[in-house]
Amino acid sequence: MKILVPIKRVVDYNVKVRPLGDNSNVDLNNVKMSVNPFCEIALEEAVRIKESGKASEVIAITIGKTESQEQLRTALALGADRAILVESDSLLEPLGLAKVLAKVVNDESPDLVILGKQAIDGDNNQTGQMLGAILDLPQATNASELNIEDGTVSVTREIDGGLQTLKLTTPAIVTTDLRLNEPRYASLPNIMKAKKKELKVIPLVDTGVDASPRTELLKVELPEARAAGIMVDSVDQLVDKLKNEAKVIS
Amino acid sequence: MSTLVIAEHDNNNLKGSTLNTVAAATQLGVDIHILVAGSDCESVVAECQQVDGVSKIIHSNDPLYLNQIAEDVSALVVSLSADYSNILAPATTFGKNLMPRVAAKLDTQQISDIISVESADTFKRPIYAGSCIATVKSNDALKVITVRSTAFDAVTQNSADVEVINVNPLDSLNISQFVSEEIAESDRPELTAADIIISGGRGMQSGENFHLLDSIADKLGAAVGASRAAVDAGFVPNDYQVGQTGKIVAPDLYIAVGISGAIQHLAGMKDSKVIVAINKDEDAPIFQVADYGLVADLFNALPELDSQL
Repeated sequence: MKILVPIKRVVDYNVKVRPLGDNSNVDLNNVKMSVNPFCEIALEEAVRIKESGKASEVIAITIGKTESQEQLRTALALGADRAILVESDSLLEPLGLAKVLAKVVNDESPDLVILGKQAIDGDNNQTGQMLGAILDLPQATNASELNIEDGTVSVTREIDGGLQTLKLTTPAIVTTDLRLNEPRYASLPNIMKAKKKELKVIPLVDTGVDASPRTELLKVELPEARAAGIMVDSVDQLVDKLKNEAKVIS
Repeated sequence: MSTLVIAEHDNNNLKGSTLNTVAAATQLGVDIHILVAGSDCESVVAECQQVDGVSKIIHSNDPLYLNQIAEDVSALVVSLSADYSNILAPATTFGKNLMPRVAAKLDTQQISDIISVESADTFKRPIYAGSCIATVKSNDALKVITVRSTAFDAVTQNSADVEVINVNPLDSLNISQFVSEEIAESDRPELTAADIIISGGRGMQSGENFHLLDSIADKLGAAVGASRAAVDAGFVPNDYQVGQTGKIVAPDLYIAVGISGAIQHLAGMKDSKVIVAINKDEDAPIFQVADYGLVADLFNALPELDSQL
Protein backbone atom coordinates (compact mmCIF):
# COMPACT_ATOMS: atom_id res chain seq x y z
CA MET A 1 0.00 0.00 0.00
CA LYS A 2 1.15 3.47 -0.92
CA ILE A 3 0.10 6.53 1.11
CA LEU A 4 0.15 10.13 -0.11
CA VAL A 5 0.21 12.86 2.54
CA PRO A 6 -0.40 16.43 1.35
CA ILE A 7 1.04 18.95 3.81
CA LYS A 8 0.85 22.74 4.02
CA ARG A 9 3.35 25.39 5.05
CA VAL A 10 1.56 27.77 7.42
CA VAL A 11 2.32 30.39 10.03
CA ASP A 12 3.46 28.63 13.19
CA TYR A 13 0.74 27.74 15.67
CA ASN A 14 2.20 30.06 18.33
CA VAL A 15 2.36 33.22 16.20
CA LYS A 16 -0.36 35.81 16.78
CA VAL A 17 -1.29 36.97 13.30
CA ARG A 18 -2.25 40.59 12.62
CA PRO A 19 -3.49 42.48 9.54
CA LEU A 20 -1.07 44.57 7.47
CA GLY A 21 -1.24 48.33 8.03
CA ASP A 22 -3.28 48.82 4.83
CA ASN A 23 -5.61 45.89 5.68
CA SER A 24 -4.85 44.24 2.34
CA ASN A 25 -3.84 40.92 3.89
CA VAL A 26 -2.34 39.40 7.04
CA ASP A 27 1.19 40.45 7.95
CA LEU A 28 3.46 37.49 7.18
CA ASN A 29 6.73 39.40 7.26
CA ASN A 30 9.38 37.67 9.36
CA VAL A 31 7.00 35.21 11.01
CA LYS A 32 7.96 31.63 11.80
CA MET A 33 6.51 29.09 9.36
CA SER A 34 5.80 25.42 10.18
CA VAL A 35 3.99 22.34 8.97
CA ASN A 36 0.24 22.75 9.61
CA PRO A 37 -0.45 20.82 12.87
CA PHE A 38 -3.27 18.73 11.36
CA CYS A 39 -0.92 17.75 8.50
CA GLU A 40 1.61 16.55 11.10
CA ILE A 41 -1.07 14.26 12.51
CA ALA A 42 -1.79 12.99 8.97
CA LEU A 43 1.89 12.29 8.35
CA GLU A 44 2.30 10.58 11.72
CA GLU A 45 -0.63 8.26 10.94
CA ALA A 46 0.85 7.36 7.54
CA VAL A 47 4.26 6.64 9.07
CA ARG A 48 2.67 4.46 11.78
CA ILE A 49 0.77 2.47 9.14
CA LYS A 50 4.06 1.91 7.33
CA GLU A 51 5.81 0.92 10.57
CA SER A 52 3.05 -1.61 11.26
CA GLY A 53 3.92 -3.26 7.95
CA LYS A 54 0.69 -2.32 6.20
CA ALA A 55 2.20 0.26 3.83
CA SER A 56 5.32 0.20 1.72
CA GLU A 57 5.77 3.88 0.91
CA VAL A 58 4.79 7.29 2.31
CA ILE A 59 5.00 10.26 -0.06
CA ALA A 60 4.72 13.84 1.23
CA ILE A 61 3.54 16.51 -1.17
CA THR A 62 2.99 20.22 -0.96
CA ILE A 63 1.95 22.91 -3.40
CA GLY A 64 3.55 26.27 -2.79
CA LYS A 65 6.59 28.48 -2.97
CA THR A 66 10.22 27.30 -3.09
CA GLU A 67 10.48 27.84 0.68
CA SER A 68 7.96 25.01 1.22
CA GLN A 69 10.91 22.64 0.69
CA GLU A 70 11.71 23.29 4.38
CA GLN A 71 8.39 21.73 5.42
CA LEU A 72 8.93 18.81 3.03
CA ARG A 73 12.35 18.19 4.60
CA THR A 74 10.62 18.14 7.99
CA ALA A 75 8.16 15.58 6.60
CA LEU A 76 11.06 13.48 5.32
CA ALA A 77 12.71 13.67 8.75
CA LEU A 78 9.45 12.52 10.33
CA GLY A 79 9.37 9.39 8.18
CA ALA A 80 8.16 10.17 4.65
CA ASP A 81 10.16 8.22 2.05
CA ARG A 82 10.14 10.87 -0.65
CA ALA A 83 8.64 14.26 -1.31
CA ILE A 84 7.12 16.28 -4.14
CA LEU A 85 6.88 20.06 -4.38
CA VAL A 86 4.53 21.44 -6.99
CA GLU A 87 6.03 24.88 -7.17
CA SER A 88 3.85 27.94 -7.50
CA ASP A 89 4.59 31.57 -6.67
CA SER A 90 1.00 32.27 -5.76
CA LEU A 91 -0.89 30.55 -2.96
CA LEU A 92 -3.67 28.39 -4.32
CA GLU A 93 -7.25 28.17 -3.08
CA PRO A 94 -8.55 24.79 -1.86
CA LEU A 95 -10.24 24.04 -5.21
CA GLY A 96 -6.97 24.67 -7.06
CA LEU A 97 -5.03 22.62 -4.52
CA ALA A 98 -7.49 19.73 -4.90
CA LYS A 99 -7.18 19.83 -8.69
CA VAL A 100 -3.38 19.67 -8.52
CA LEU A 101 -3.54 16.87 -5.93
CA ALA A 102 -5.99 14.96 -8.15
CA LYS A 103 -3.42 15.11 -10.96
CA VAL A 104 -0.71 13.77 -8.63
CA VAL A 105 -3.01 11.02 -7.33
CA ASN A 106 -3.62 9.94 -10.92
CA ASP A 107 0.14 9.82 -11.55
CA GLU A 108 1.16 8.13 -8.29
CA SER A 109 -1.90 5.89 -7.68
CA PRO A 110 -1.79 5.84 -3.86
CA ASP A 111 -4.21 3.54 -2.01
CA LEU A 112 -4.79 6.12 0.69
CA VAL A 113 -4.50 9.91 0.88
CA ILE A 114 -4.36 11.30 4.43
CA LEU A 115 -4.72 15.05 4.93
CA GLY A 116 -5.26 17.42 7.85
CA LYS A 117 -8.92 18.37 8.27
CA GLN A 118 -8.05 22.05 7.90
CA ALA A 119 -5.08 24.37 7.65
CA ILE A 120 -4.77 26.84 10.50
CA ASP A 121 -4.31 29.81 8.14
CA GLY A 122 -7.45 29.86 6.00
CA ASP A 123 -9.44 27.48 8.27
CA ASN A 124 -11.34 26.36 5.15
CA ASN A 125 -11.71 22.61 5.82
CA GLN A 126 -12.24 21.82 2.11
CA THR A 127 -9.25 20.32 0.30
CA GLY A 128 -9.68 16.65 1.28
CA GLN A 129 -13.39 16.56 0.50
CA MET A 130 -12.82 18.37 -2.82
CA LEU A 131 -10.13 15.87 -3.78
CA GLY A 132 -12.58 13.05 -3.04
CA ALA A 133 -15.24 14.66 -5.22
CA ILE A 134 -12.94 15.32 -8.17
CA LEU A 135 -11.71 11.71 -8.17
CA ASP A 136 -15.07 10.16 -7.15
CA LEU A 137 -13.30 8.57 -4.19
CA PRO A 138 -14.84 7.96 -0.75
CA GLN A 139 -13.95 10.24 2.16
CA ALA A 140 -13.86 10.10 5.93
CA THR A 141 -13.30 13.49 7.55
CA ASN A 142 -12.35 14.26 11.18
CA ALA A 143 -10.82 10.83 11.74
CA SER A 144 -10.04 9.78 15.30
CA GLU A 145 -9.26 6.14 14.46
CA LEU A 146 -8.14 4.45 11.26
CA ASN A 147 -7.86 0.74 10.55
CA ILE A 148 -6.58 -0.78 7.34
CA GLU A 149 -8.39 -3.94 6.34
CA ASP A 150 -8.26 -6.01 3.20
CA GLY A 151 -9.15 -3.60 0.38
CA THR A 152 -11.06 -1.31 2.74
CA VAL A 153 -10.35 1.31 5.38
CA SER A 154 -12.45 1.56 8.51
CA VAL A 155 -12.49 5.07 9.97
CA THR A 156 -14.06 6.41 13.15
CA ARG A 157 -15.02 10.07 12.74
CA GLU A 158 -15.67 12.77 15.30
CA ILE A 159 -19.15 14.11 14.62
CA ASP A 160 -21.30 16.55 16.61
CA GLY A 161 -22.29 14.74 19.81
CA GLY A 162 -20.33 11.55 19.26
CA LEU A 163 -18.57 9.19 16.89
CA GLN A 164 -19.44 7.62 13.54
CA THR A 165 -17.68 4.68 11.91
CA LEU A 166 -17.52 4.30 8.13
CA LYS A 167 -16.04 1.62 5.93
CA LEU A 168 -14.51 2.96 2.70
CA THR A 169 -13.31 1.18 -0.41
CA THR A 170 -9.75 2.06 -1.44
CA PRO A 171 -8.35 4.29 -2.77
CA ALA A 172 -9.81 6.53 -0.07
CA ILE A 173 -9.41 10.04 1.31
CA VAL A 174 -9.09 10.52 5.08
CA THR A 175 -8.79 13.83 6.95
CA THR A 176 -7.45 13.91 10.49
CA ASP A 177 -8.82 15.32 13.73
CA LEU A 178 -6.84 16.09 16.87
CA ARG A 179 -7.17 12.82 18.71
CA LEU A 180 -6.01 10.49 15.95
CA ASN A 181 -2.46 10.41 17.31
CA GLU A 182 0.27 12.47 18.90
CA PRO A 183 2.94 13.29 16.32
CA ARG A 184 6.57 12.50 17.10
CA TYR A 185 9.48 14.93 17.00
CA ALA A 186 12.17 14.53 14.35
CA SER A 187 15.43 13.14 15.75
CA LEU A 188 18.75 14.66 14.73
CA PRO A 189 19.93 11.54 12.83
CA ASN A 190 16.61 11.49 10.95
CA ILE A 191 16.96 15.19 10.10
CA MET A 192 20.41 14.42 8.65
CA LYS A 193 19.09 11.41 6.72
CA ALA A 194 16.20 13.47 5.36
CA LYS A 195 18.66 15.66 3.47
CA LYS A 196 19.54 12.72 1.26
CA LYS A 197 15.97 11.65 0.49
CA GLU A 198 14.40 12.43 -2.88
CA LEU A 199 12.59 15.77 -3.17
CA LYS A 200 11.18 16.29 -6.65
CA VAL A 201 10.18 19.80 -7.78
CA ILE A 202 7.51 20.13 -10.44
CA PRO A 203 6.55 23.61 -11.71
CA LEU A 204 2.78 24.15 -11.43
CA VAL A 205 2.54 24.92 -15.17
CA ASP A 206 3.92 21.46 -15.98
CA THR A 207 0.89 19.84 -14.31
CA GLY A 208 -1.40 21.46 -16.89
CA VAL A 209 -3.90 22.27 -14.13
CA ASP A 210 -5.80 25.56 -14.23
CA ALA A 211 -5.70 26.63 -10.59
CA SER A 212 -6.48 30.30 -11.13
CA PRO A 213 -8.22 32.02 -8.20
CA ARG A 214 -12.00 32.29 -7.98
CA THR A 215 -12.17 34.70 -5.06
CA GLU A 216 -10.70 38.08 -4.20
CA LEU A 217 -9.51 39.05 -0.76
CA LEU A 218 -10.88 42.58 -0.30
CA LYS A 219 -9.88 43.29 3.28
CA VAL A 220 -8.36 41.76 6.41
CA GLU A 221 -9.14 43.38 9.75
CA LEU A 222 -9.07 42.63 13.46
CA PRO A 223 -12.28 41.25 14.93
CA GLU A 224 -14.40 43.66 16.94
CA ALA A 225 -13.13 43.87 20.50
CA ARG A 226 -15.57 43.17 23.31
CA ALA A 227 -16.38 46.04 25.65
CA ALA A 228 -14.27 45.90 28.81
CA GLY A 229 -15.82 43.97 31.67
CA ILE A 230 -15.44 44.32 35.41
CA MET A 231 -13.64 42.29 38.07
CA VAL A 232 -15.70 41.03 40.98
CA ASP A 233 -14.28 40.29 44.43
CA SER A 234 -16.28 37.27 45.46
CA VAL A 235 -18.61 34.51 44.36
CA ASP A 236 -21.40 36.40 46.21
CA GLN A 237 -20.88 39.46 44.08
CA LEU A 238 -20.63 37.35 40.90
CA VAL A 239 -23.95 35.61 41.55
CA ASP A 240 -25.56 38.98 42.39
CA LYS A 241 -24.32 40.50 39.10
CA LEU A 242 -25.49 37.52 37.04
CA LYS A 243 -28.95 37.61 38.65
CA ASN A 244 -29.60 41.33 38.89
CA GLU A 245 -27.39 43.09 36.34
CA ALA A 246 -26.90 40.66 33.45
CA LYS A 247 -30.14 38.80 34.31
CA VAL A 248 -28.83 35.56 32.78
CA ILE A 249 -29.63 33.33 35.75
CA SER A 250 -32.62 33.36 38.07
CA MET B 1 -32.46 31.79 -9.62
CA SER B 2 -32.92 30.77 -6.01
CA THR B 3 -31.00 29.75 -2.93
CA LEU B 4 -30.95 26.15 -1.75
CA VAL B 5 -30.40 25.51 1.97
CA ILE B 6 -29.44 21.96 2.95
CA ALA B 7 -31.33 20.93 6.08
CA GLU B 8 -29.33 19.38 8.90
CA HIS B 9 -31.42 16.84 10.78
CA ASP B 10 -31.42 13.37 12.36
CA ASN B 11 -34.55 12.13 10.51
CA ASN B 12 -36.66 13.08 13.55
CA ASN B 13 -35.86 16.70 14.27
CA LEU B 14 -34.55 19.64 12.29
CA LYS B 15 -31.29 20.97 13.78
CA GLY B 16 -31.38 24.62 14.85
CA SER B 17 -28.33 25.35 12.72
CA THR B 18 -30.59 25.10 9.66
CA LEU B 19 -32.64 28.07 10.91
CA ASN B 20 -29.49 30.19 11.29
CA THR B 21 -28.47 29.19 7.77
CA VAL B 22 -31.87 30.25 6.41
CA ALA B 23 -31.30 33.61 8.15
CA ALA B 24 -28.06 34.05 6.19
CA ALA B 25 -29.86 32.96 3.01
CA THR B 26 -32.55 35.61 3.56
CA GLN B 27 -29.87 38.28 3.14
CA LEU B 28 -29.05 37.04 -0.37
CA GLY B 29 -32.40 38.39 -1.54
CA VAL B 30 -33.71 35.55 -3.72
CA ASP B 31 -36.25 32.75 -3.15
CA ILE B 32 -35.19 30.15 -0.59
CA HIS B 33 -35.79 26.41 -0.91
CA ILE B 34 -34.82 23.82 1.69
CA LEU B 35 -33.59 20.35 0.73
CA VAL B 36 -34.52 17.57 3.14
CA ALA B 37 -32.69 14.39 2.18
CA GLY B 38 -33.32 11.60 4.64
CA SER B 39 -35.16 8.41 5.44
CA ASP B 40 -38.69 8.45 6.89
CA CYS B 41 -38.17 12.02 7.97
CA GLU B 42 -41.67 13.42 7.45
CA SER B 43 -41.51 15.21 10.80
CA VAL B 44 -38.46 17.12 9.56
CA VAL B 45 -40.25 18.05 6.34
CA ALA B 46 -43.21 19.28 8.41
CA GLU B 47 -40.89 21.43 10.53
CA CYS B 48 -39.27 22.89 7.42
CA GLN B 49 -42.70 23.78 6.04
CA GLN B 50 -43.14 26.25 8.92
CA VAL B 51 -39.82 28.05 8.42
CA ASP B 52 -40.35 31.72 7.65
CA GLY B 53 -38.93 33.07 4.40
CA VAL B 54 -38.91 29.70 2.62
CA SER B 55 -40.97 29.15 -0.55
CA LYS B 56 -40.46 25.47 -1.30
CA ILE B 57 -39.27 22.23 0.31
CA ILE B 58 -37.41 19.72 -1.84
CA HIS B 59 -37.67 16.28 -0.30
CA SER B 60 -35.91 13.05 -1.18
CA ASN B 61 -36.90 10.11 0.98
CA ASP B 62 -34.72 7.01 0.77
CA PRO B 63 -32.77 4.75 3.16
CA LEU B 64 -29.69 5.82 1.18
CA TYR B 65 -29.89 9.21 2.92
CA LEU B 66 -30.46 7.85 6.44
CA ASN B 67 -26.93 8.59 7.66
CA GLN B 68 -26.15 11.63 5.49
CA ILE B 69 -23.24 9.93 3.73
CA ALA B 70 -21.46 12.85 2.02
CA GLU B 71 -20.78 10.98 -1.23
CA ASP B 72 -24.47 10.23 -1.78
CA VAL B 73 -26.02 13.44 -0.46
CA SER B 74 -23.58 15.61 -2.43
CA ALA B 75 -24.49 13.77 -5.63
CA LEU B 76 -28.17 14.57 -4.97
CA VAL B 77 -27.41 18.25 -4.31
CA VAL B 78 -25.34 18.46 -7.49
CA SER B 79 -28.21 16.93 -9.51
CA LEU B 80 -30.51 19.73 -8.28
CA SER B 81 -28.00 22.57 -8.67
CA ALA B 82 -29.05 23.89 -12.11
CA ASP B 83 -31.92 25.86 -10.55
CA TYR B 84 -29.80 27.65 -7.97
CA SER B 85 -27.40 30.56 -7.70
CA ASN B 86 -26.53 29.84 -4.06
CA ILE B 87 -26.24 26.61 -2.07
CA LEU B 88 -25.89 26.98 1.70
CA ALA B 89 -25.41 24.64 4.65
CA PRO B 90 -24.48 25.16 8.29
CA ALA B 91 -20.73 25.14 9.03
CA THR B 92 -21.19 22.21 11.42
CA THR B 93 -19.47 18.83 11.10
CA PHE B 94 -22.36 17.93 8.76
CA GLY B 95 -21.95 20.91 6.44
CA LYS B 96 -18.15 20.87 6.51
CA ASN B 97 -18.18 17.23 5.48
CA LEU B 98 -20.72 17.65 2.68
CA MET B 99 -20.31 21.02 1.01
CA PRO B 100 -16.74 20.93 -0.39
CA ARG B 101 -17.79 17.82 -2.36
CA VAL B 102 -20.69 19.78 -3.82
CA ALA B 103 -18.46 22.77 -4.60
CA ALA B 104 -15.72 20.74 -6.30
CA LYS B 105 -18.23 18.83 -8.44
CA LEU B 106 -19.66 22.15 -9.59
CA ASP B 107 -16.19 23.65 -10.10
CA THR B 108 -16.82 26.38 -7.51
CA GLN B 109 -14.56 27.71 -4.77
CA GLN B 110 -16.58 27.30 -1.57
CA ILE B 111 -16.73 30.17 0.92
CA SER B 112 -16.47 28.54 4.37
CA ASP B 113 -17.87 29.65 7.69
CA ILE B 114 -19.29 33.08 6.79
CA ILE B 115 -20.18 35.44 9.64
CA SER B 116 -21.81 38.17 7.53
CA VAL B 117 -23.31 38.76 4.11
CA GLU B 118 -21.96 42.06 2.74
CA SER B 119 -23.62 41.72 -0.67
CA ALA B 120 -24.74 38.92 -3.01
CA ASP B 121 -21.10 38.00 -3.73
CA THR B 122 -19.12 39.35 -0.76
CA PHE B 123 -18.86 37.79 2.67
CA LYS B 124 -16.91 38.10 5.92
CA ARG B 125 -15.28 35.06 7.49
CA PRO B 126 -12.79 34.45 10.29
CA ILE B 127 -9.27 33.28 9.41
CA TYR B 128 -6.27 32.29 11.55
CA ALA B 129 -8.47 30.90 14.34
CA GLY B 130 -10.44 34.13 14.46
CA SER B 131 -7.39 36.37 14.90
CA CYS B 132 -8.45 38.23 11.77
CA ILE B 133 -11.64 38.71 9.77
CA ALA B 134 -11.35 38.48 5.98
CA THR B 135 -13.76 40.11 3.52
CA VAL B 136 -13.93 37.82 0.50
CA LYS B 137 -15.59 38.34 -2.89
CA SER B 138 -16.60 35.26 -4.88
CA ASN B 139 -16.32 35.47 -8.67
CA ASP B 140 -18.02 32.12 -9.26
CA ALA B 141 -21.50 32.29 -10.78
CA LEU B 142 -22.73 29.70 -8.28
CA LYS B 143 -21.92 30.33 -4.63
CA VAL B 144 -21.41 27.36 -2.32
CA ILE B 145 -21.33 28.62 1.25
CA THR B 146 -21.19 27.27 4.80
CA VAL B 147 -22.63 29.49 7.52
CA ARG B 148 -21.37 29.97 11.07
CA SER B 149 -24.63 29.45 12.97
CA THR B 150 -23.75 31.68 15.91
CA ALA B 151 -23.34 34.73 13.64
CA PHE B 152 -26.97 34.75 12.42
CA ASP B 153 -30.13 34.84 14.56
CA ALA B 154 -32.38 31.89 13.78
CA VAL B 155 -35.45 32.61 11.66
CA THR B 156 -38.85 31.87 13.19
CA GLN B 157 -41.20 29.02 12.27
CA ASN B 158 -44.63 30.62 11.84
CA SER B 159 -45.15 30.04 8.15
CA ALA B 160 -48.21 28.40 6.65
CA ASP B 161 -47.32 25.03 5.15
CA VAL B 162 -45.18 25.66 2.10
CA GLU B 163 -45.23 23.39 -0.92
CA VAL B 164 -43.23 20.13 -0.86
CA ILE B 165 -41.69 18.75 -4.07
CA ASN B 166 -40.59 15.12 -3.91
CA VAL B 167 -37.53 14.14 -5.91
CA ASN B 168 -36.31 10.64 -6.62
CA PRO B 169 -33.15 9.41 -4.93
CA LEU B 170 -30.08 8.67 -7.04
CA ASP B 171 -28.29 5.33 -7.16
CA SER B 172 -25.74 4.81 -4.40
CA LEU B 173 -22.09 5.28 -5.30
CA ASN B 174 -21.38 2.32 -2.99
CA ILE B 175 -17.94 3.56 -2.01
CA SER B 176 -18.67 4.53 1.59
CA GLN B 177 -20.63 2.33 3.92
CA PHE B 178 -22.10 3.34 7.29
CA VAL B 179 -21.01 0.94 10.05
CA SER B 180 -22.10 2.46 13.36
CA GLU B 181 -22.71 5.58 15.34
CA GLU B 182 -22.28 6.32 19.03
CA ILE B 183 -24.02 9.45 20.17
CA ALA B 184 -23.23 10.36 23.77
CA GLU B 185 -26.41 10.15 25.85
CA SER B 186 -26.87 13.10 28.10
CA ASP B 187 -29.73 14.80 29.92
CA ARG B 188 -27.98 18.09 29.41
CA PRO B 189 -28.45 20.30 26.33
CA GLU B 190 -26.06 19.96 23.40
CA LEU B 191 -23.19 22.45 23.48
CA THR B 192 -24.20 24.27 20.32
CA ALA B 193 -27.84 24.55 21.45
CA ALA B 194 -27.35 25.42 25.15
CA ASP B 195 -28.35 28.80 26.64
CA ILE B 196 -25.72 28.43 29.34
CA ILE B 197 -22.33 26.71 29.10
CA ILE B 198 -19.79 26.08 31.82
CA SER B 199 -16.37 25.05 30.51
CA GLY B 200 -13.24 23.81 32.21
CA GLY B 201 -9.62 24.15 31.14
CA ARG B 202 -6.25 22.78 32.14
CA GLY B 203 -6.77 24.41 35.54
CA MET B 204 -9.30 21.67 36.35
CA GLN B 205 -6.22 19.40 36.80
CA SER B 206 -8.08 16.13 36.10
CA GLY B 207 -11.13 14.64 34.42
CA GLU B 208 -12.57 13.72 37.83
CA ASN B 209 -12.63 17.36 38.87
CA PHE B 210 -15.10 18.06 36.06
CA HIS B 211 -17.81 16.79 38.45
CA LEU B 212 -17.47 20.20 40.11
CA LEU B 213 -18.81 21.65 36.84
CA ASP B 214 -21.45 18.92 36.35
CA SER B 215 -23.25 19.79 39.53
CA ILE B 216 -23.43 23.51 38.65
CA ALA B 217 -24.46 22.65 35.08
CA ASP B 218 -27.35 20.56 36.40
CA LYS B 219 -28.61 23.43 38.53
CA LEU B 220 -28.37 25.93 35.65
CA GLY B 221 -29.61 23.59 32.91
CA ALA B 222 -26.25 24.21 31.27
CA ALA B 223 -24.01 22.22 28.93
CA VAL B 224 -20.45 21.36 29.97
CA GLY B 225 -17.58 22.27 27.65
CA ALA B 226 -13.79 22.29 27.74
CA SER B 227 -10.79 24.01 26.25
CA ARG B 228 -8.49 22.25 23.81
CA ALA B 229 -5.86 22.11 26.58
CA ALA B 230 -8.24 20.05 28.75
CA VAL B 231 -9.01 17.75 25.81
CA ASP B 232 -5.32 17.37 24.92
CA ALA B 233 -4.59 16.55 28.57
CA GLY B 234 -7.15 13.73 28.32
CA PHE B 235 -9.54 15.14 30.98
CA VAL B 236 -12.62 14.95 28.71
CA PRO B 237 -13.52 13.70 25.21
CA ASN B 238 -13.03 15.88 22.14
CA ASP B 239 -16.75 16.50 21.67
CA TYR B 240 -16.55 18.77 24.74
CA GLN B 241 -14.11 21.04 22.92
CA VAL B 242 -15.06 24.67 22.40
CA GLY B 243 -12.78 26.57 20.04
CA GLN B 244 -11.72 27.05 16.45
CA THR B 245 -10.89 23.35 16.10
CA GLY B 246 -13.89 22.30 18.18
CA LYS B 247 -17.38 23.72 18.52
CA ILE B 248 -18.29 27.35 17.94
CA VAL B 249 -20.81 28.46 20.57
CA ALA B 250 -22.61 31.68 21.51
CA PRO B 251 -24.82 31.04 24.56
CA ASP B 252 -26.46 33.71 26.74
CA LEU B 253 -23.98 32.88 29.50
CA TYR B 254 -20.54 31.30 29.14
CA ILE B 255 -18.60 30.48 32.31
CA ALA B 256 -14.91 29.74 31.70
CA VAL B 257 -13.25 28.01 34.63
CA GLY B 258 -9.49 27.47 34.80
CA ILE B 259 -9.18 28.44 31.12
CA SER B 260 -6.33 30.78 30.27
CA GLY B 261 -7.94 32.07 27.07
CA ALA B 262 -5.79 30.95 24.13
CA ILE B 263 -6.89 32.59 20.86
CA GLN B 264 -8.12 29.27 19.56
CA HIS B 265 -10.52 28.97 22.53
CA LEU B 266 -11.66 32.59 22.33
CA ALA B 267 -12.49 32.07 18.64
CA GLY B 268 -15.06 29.49 19.72
CA MET B 269 -16.90 31.43 22.44
CA LYS B 270 -16.31 35.16 22.26
CA ASP B 271 -19.69 35.85 20.66
CA SER B 272 -21.40 34.66 23.86
CA LYS B 273 -23.70 37.35 25.30
CA VAL B 274 -22.24 37.31 28.83
CA ILE B 275 -18.83 35.81 29.64
CA VAL B 276 -17.66 34.95 33.15
CA ALA B 277 -14.05 33.98 33.81
CA ILE B 278 -12.81 32.30 36.97
CA ASN B 279 -9.06 31.90 37.07
CA LYS B 280 -6.40 32.19 39.74
CA ASP B 281 -3.97 33.94 37.35
CA GLU B 282 -5.05 37.58 37.18
CA ASP B 283 -3.05 38.06 33.97
CA ALA B 284 -4.88 35.29 32.09
CA PRO B 285 -6.04 36.60 28.66
CA ILE B 286 -9.54 35.21 29.28
CA PHE B 287 -10.19 38.25 31.53
CA GLN B 288 -9.84 40.54 28.49
CA VAL B 289 -13.02 39.13 26.96
CA ALA B 290 -14.90 38.54 30.24
CA ASP B 291 -17.83 40.70 31.32
CA TYR B 292 -17.30 39.49 34.88
CA GLY B 293 -13.93 38.26 36.07
CA LEU B 294 -13.16 36.57 39.37
CA VAL B 295 -9.57 35.93 40.41
CA ALA B 296 -9.90 32.88 42.63
CA ASP B 297 -8.83 29.29 43.14
CA LEU B 298 -11.50 27.33 41.28
CA PHE B 299 -11.45 24.59 43.93
CA ASN B 300 -12.80 27.16 46.41
CA ALA B 301 -14.94 29.17 44.01
CA LEU B 302 -16.84 26.28 42.37
CA PRO B 303 -18.25 24.70 45.58
CA GLU B 304 -19.22 28.18 46.76
CA LEU B 305 -20.95 28.95 43.45
CA ASP B 306 -22.68 25.57 43.60
CA SER B 307 -24.05 26.28 47.08
CA GLN B 308 -25.43 29.67 46.03
CA LEU B 309 -27.45 28.46 43.07
